This record gives sequence, structure tokens and C-alpha cells, in this order.
Amino acid sequence: MSEFMANINERFRDPSLAKQLLERIKRAVQTLQRPINLMEVCGTHTVSISRNGIRQILPEGLKLLSGPGCPVCVTAQRDIDIIIEVVNNEQVILTTYGDMMKVPGTVANLQEAKALGRAVQVVYSPLDALKVATENPDKLVIFYSVGFETTAPMAAATLELAAAQGVRNFKIYSVHKLVPPALEGLLSADEVKIDGFILPGHVSTVVGGEAYRPVPEKYGVPAVIAGFEPLDILLGIERLVTQLVEGRATVENAYSRAGNWEGNQVAKQVLAEFFQPVDAEWRGIGVIPGSGLELADAYAAFNARNTEAIAEAEQRLVGLKSEIKGCRCGDVLKGVILPYECPLFGKACTPSRAIGPCMVSSEGSCAAYYKYERHRQLV
Amino acid sequence: MLNERILLSHGAGGGASQRLLDELFFHILGNEYLLQKNDAVVLPSVQGRIALSTDSFVVQPLFFRGGNIGKLAVCGTVNDLAVQGATPLYLTLGLIIEEGFLMADLLKIVESIAETCAAAGVKIVAGDTKVVNKGQADGLYINTTGIGVVPEGRNISGSLAMPGDVVIINGTIGEHGMAIMSERSGISWETDLMSDCAPLNGLIERILTATEEVHVMRDPTRGGVATTLNEIAAQSGVGIRLNETDLPITDGVRGACEMLGFDPLYVANEGKVLVIVPQSQAEKVLSAMHDHPLGRQAVIIGEVIADHPGLVTLRTGFGGERILDMLEGELLPRIC
Repeated sequence: MSEFMANINERFRDPSLAKQLLERIKRAVQTLQRPINLMEVCGTHTVSISRNGIRQILPEGLKLLSGPGCPVCVTAQRDIDIIIEVVNNEQVILTTYGDMMKVPGTVANLQEAKALGRAVQVVYSPLDALKVATENPDKLVIFYSVGFETTAPMAAATLELAAAQGVRNFKIYSVHKLVPPALEGLLSADEVKIDGFILPGHVSTVVGGEAYRPVPEKYGVPAVIAGFEPLDILLGIERLVTQLVEGRATVENAYSRAGNWEGNQVAKQVLAEFFQPVDAEWRGIGVIPGSGLELADAYAAFNARNTEAIAEAEQRLVGLKSEIKGCRCGDVLKGVILPYECPLFGKACTPSRAIGPCMVSSEGSCAAYYKYERHRQLV
Repeated sequence: MLNERILLSHGAGGGASQRLLDELFFHILGNEYLLQKNDAVVLPSVQGRIALSTDSFVVQPLFFRGGNIGKLAVCGTVNDLAVQGATPLYLTLGLIIEEGFLMADLLKIVESIAETCAAAGVKIVAGDTKVVNKGQADGLYINTTGIGVVPEGRNISGSLAMPGDVVIINGTIGEHGMAIMSERSGISWETDLMSDCAPLNGLIERILTATEEVHVMRDPTRGGVATTLNEIAAQSGVGIRLNETDLPITDGVRGACEMLGFDPLYVANEGKVLVIVPQSQAEKVLSAMHDHPLGRQAVIIGEVIADHPGLVTLRTGFGGERILDMLEGELLPRIC
């Protein structure tokens, strides 16, 4: 393993290689002679950029905007409020990933609900949620399934198992989102000028490079798939500015050790069988056509949205205005403002007392800026 | 005796208790004070101010590469006294043992306590053993309380760091915590991780002989180097900036951290000391440390600054700078 680590250090974190890439980036930005906005779509990229201090070493005029790549953050407020409400039903055991626990609902969060004795369980995998369901046959076990193309195949595999075992009390509340349609949503809304996308390496191993073709073809914006080590990210940026200098716009893969053009066929087939694309609401962005995943009709019996418990929760929420006052997470997710430009950032809103989801999630851009960079840009 | 197990009667104060004391504790740890065998030990008078520290040890697993709970219990309290500038002299030893605990394991632990006390030059002068029902404790818990003396005029405190000081550490970071974590997670077979658990008073004596200007000394145990430095930054009202490229971290610790999702700067050490001294004293202190087996790899890892008081930052290998916060909350599973 020491060898493995030495390898990672040499290949992906070598400061001298970073210097060479930076030189090329600087030259390209000088040649372009205009401000360049690149968007890192994925929250894991945002964290790596903040953690490694990459923002500070980039040339002036090159700005990195954080995109809608934090699954918890982009979940619509309504979908959060419903799930916090449904745990008031004594029949329900809610299972979800740990990241959801502190996400603020309009009136409370799941952590607080749990402290009040509501049945909320953190699981590491949807398979654990299925296990909870088999162990509690007289309860309705809802798995709140959040994430992009990376976590959805696991949910699909669990659904397959639940169907095979006939676990009727297991339900999935899917708030899965798809990355490629979101990029189109951002570009067509045209609220902020984006000169290039740093594409998420993990999602891309599933969907493949071809999924992003509309980005350059319809909108003329270059896009590069990048890994998560510091050199991966610098290479991604270098590829993007090089395309800009050369006047090209294509999807490039700078993460060839894991991703390819076609993606993971098995994962894609599983997704196609158990899920169907639907229009979905994204926080701050609104409804984007075909950008969400809902359970396929053949598996409607496992869809939590078809249960009385959810219907009743929705009833109880009628009249509640789902919103968090003053929070500008939506604008942060679109790249319209940087996290510290939100008036609440670091004042009323900090990771330990978060007002919006972008400050709560470990992948949230507000959390990344606060955790690693608040010494720089606090104004 | 080695196949024997601890029974409730070993803690009941009768014959079995007496045999355990005689055959194990007095036999292995005995000295003129412990063998007074009275309800309280009477110690000779000391020169200087008295330093007192207590700590309880609940580590799991009880045995790990590089040590065990007994060695840890001695080192922990000895080091807490030493970083305060005290010369550790005496320890008390309290054990809470779960019924059914293997006598052979207890023997190994007590022997290890004796060895570590000898290495640190301290004596166990009082003790207590309780046995609780099976299931009411996790094998063995140990408490140690230690007494040391601080010479008049020596003043070391977390509130005394000043801009212009440098931060020195005596060696590689994160080894104790990762040795434990790798045993727990079952990856120990593919690592060469070993706890750094060691009594630091010998090394610290050298440092304090080399200079009288030590401002702060702390052992970065729970929460690791980052958390300890955050406490110092807050207490002293200063900023602290570390240089990533200067941090001594072995490939083994780096690899295990990478696999298990930890940052070495937040991982516990049990044989490390952070020393904050004026820049002018750094050379002297470093060379004194290099002369001691536990300080061979001593290096400067950062500096105390006037900027951003209360915050600790890290200058990354790429020239950027990021915040190193206090460790907060629990680690949650990642979802993408």
C-alpha cells in the first residue's frame, strides 16, 4: 500500500507537474484576454479545489464557479419538507444517507425529528434500508434515495432484490437527479456566462462522455471530464482553456483511467429497467425536463409517492410556504453568486448552525468555502 | 495462573483480591511506596510546584501494534505532566476489569506498565482494582493520575504563543490513531502501521535544558495536530500557518488515511509533542531533539503569525492556503 500511496503522490499531487500545467493555463488566459468563467459541476471537485488551495493559484481573470453538483443541495425544498413531515407517521421508518440528517426543512430537520423520537435511521447503502424493512415487516420502511447517476444504480439493484424477495413494505422515495440535463438547464437559462464545464469524473464513469454531447454541440461550450486529485483538476482546466484558445468546443476525457466514451453499460441498463427519466425540480434552478429519475411503472408498488403515508404528509403541508428566508443556495448552485456573496455566509449561516443545504452537506460549496477558505474572502 | 480468568472475587477485597495484589501488582510494580500497603501513600516532600494530571483509558483493541492499554495509560499521564514542564514522579493506577478477563492478558498489560514506568523514571505508588460483571465493561479500563514537579520560574502555557514563534514536532504524524483504526477496520495485515506511544519526558527534559524560552508545549493526542493547534491559536489569540510540504507523514499513514477517509492532521498521536518557541531558539531546540531517539525526525512544520487570529491554516504543496478547522462532528457516509 505504501507503493500505492507513493504512486498517487507522484502522479496526481506532484507540485512540479502542477507548476507546468499552471504555466500553460496562465499563457492561455493571457492569450484569451477576457475574463473566463469555468464551472466545476461536482461538489467533490469544489471540495478538492478548496482543500488544495487551487483557486488561489489560478491566474487573475480565471474564475471557478461551483455548480449544482451536490445532490442534497439541489433537492427541492418541497421534497425535503415532505420527508421530514412523513416521519410523524408512526407506521413509518425513514432510512437515508447521513448527509440528509441536518438538511434544514422549512420547520425542522431530520436530526431534530429523530431526537423527538421519530423513526429515522442513517444507512450506508439502500441494501441496509431493505434489511430494515425485512426486520420490521409491520412498518412502512421508506428509503429516501438521493444522489446522481452514481448512487442510482445501487438503488436500482436494491429494488431488484426487494422485488425478487417480495418485500412489500419497502418503498423508495426517489429524488435522484441526472447531471447532463442539468447542464443544459443552466445553459438555456443563460443567467450566468459559463465558458466551460469541469465534468464530474464519477458520474462520467457511469454515463460516459457521450452523454454530454449536447453541451458543445448545442451551446458551443467545451466540457472536460476530470478526476478529483489536484493535478486531475488542473489538467481539466488546462484542457478547457486550450479548447477556448483554439476556438474548439468538444467533450474531452481527462480522466481516462476511470471513464470512457460509452460509460458503464451494466449500470445504464439497470437504471433503464428500474427508473424512468422525469421532469424534476432543482433548488434555485426550477424544473428541468428529463432531469430526474422516478421508479419505472413496473415497480410502482415500491414507489413511496404512491403510499398513503406520503399523500397524508402532503396534505398536512398544504398551505406551508416551502422556503428558507434569506438563503441564496439557489443562486450559489447556479454560479450566479459565490458562497461568500450570500449575506448569511459565515454570519447567520455556518456548518454548525446552517440555514441552507449548501452549508450543511459535506459536498456543499458554502461548506467547502467556509471550511477551507473563509480566511481569504470574508468581506 | 495464565489460563485463569478474572472473577468477581478478585475485586471483592478478600483472599482472592489479596493474591491478585501480591502475585501480580506488588510483585511486578512494587517499590518502597506501593509496598507501604496503607490506605494512602505518604510521599517525601518535593522541591518546586506540584503538577497533577489524570486520564482514563478505554482504547479498543486493548493490544495493538506498538503498545497496549497499559503502556498507553502510563505514557498518556506522563506526557501530560511533561508538556507542562513538570518532571513526572509518581502515578496512581486504577483498573476496572470485566469479569472473565484473561489473567495472561492482564499480566502482559501490567508488565508493560512496569516497563514503561521504568523507561519514564516514574513509580506506581497507589492503586485500585475493581471487577465488574460480565458485559458491564469492555474488557479493561484504566485510570492513571500523575504527580510531577515544576521548577520555579518555568512557565509554559497554551496562551503564550506569539507571532514570530515557530512550531516544531518531534516526528511523524498520525501513527497511533491509524494503527488503532487499521486494526479495527481489518486492514492491519496490509500495513506496517505502529503506534508511536512513548513517554516523552526524557525528550522534553532535553528541550527544556536547551532553552528557557519554550512558550507552548502540547501533546497532540485526540483530534490530532490540527485540533491541538486550533486550541493554541484560540487560547493565545494568534494565527498559525503550517506548510504542507514540511509535514512528516509516512506513506503508510497516508495510504491508510486515504483508504479510510481520514486526514492525518486530525488523527491521534501518543508519542508526539508540539513545541512552540521563538524563531531564534529553533536551531538549539532542534539539535537537542535530534540527539534523542524520540526526536530524530524533529522538524519545523509551521509558524505563529499575527494574521487571522484564532485560525490555523495550511499552505498547500501548490502554494494555496486553506483553513484547518477543529475536528467537528462525526464522519458521515458519502453519497457520491
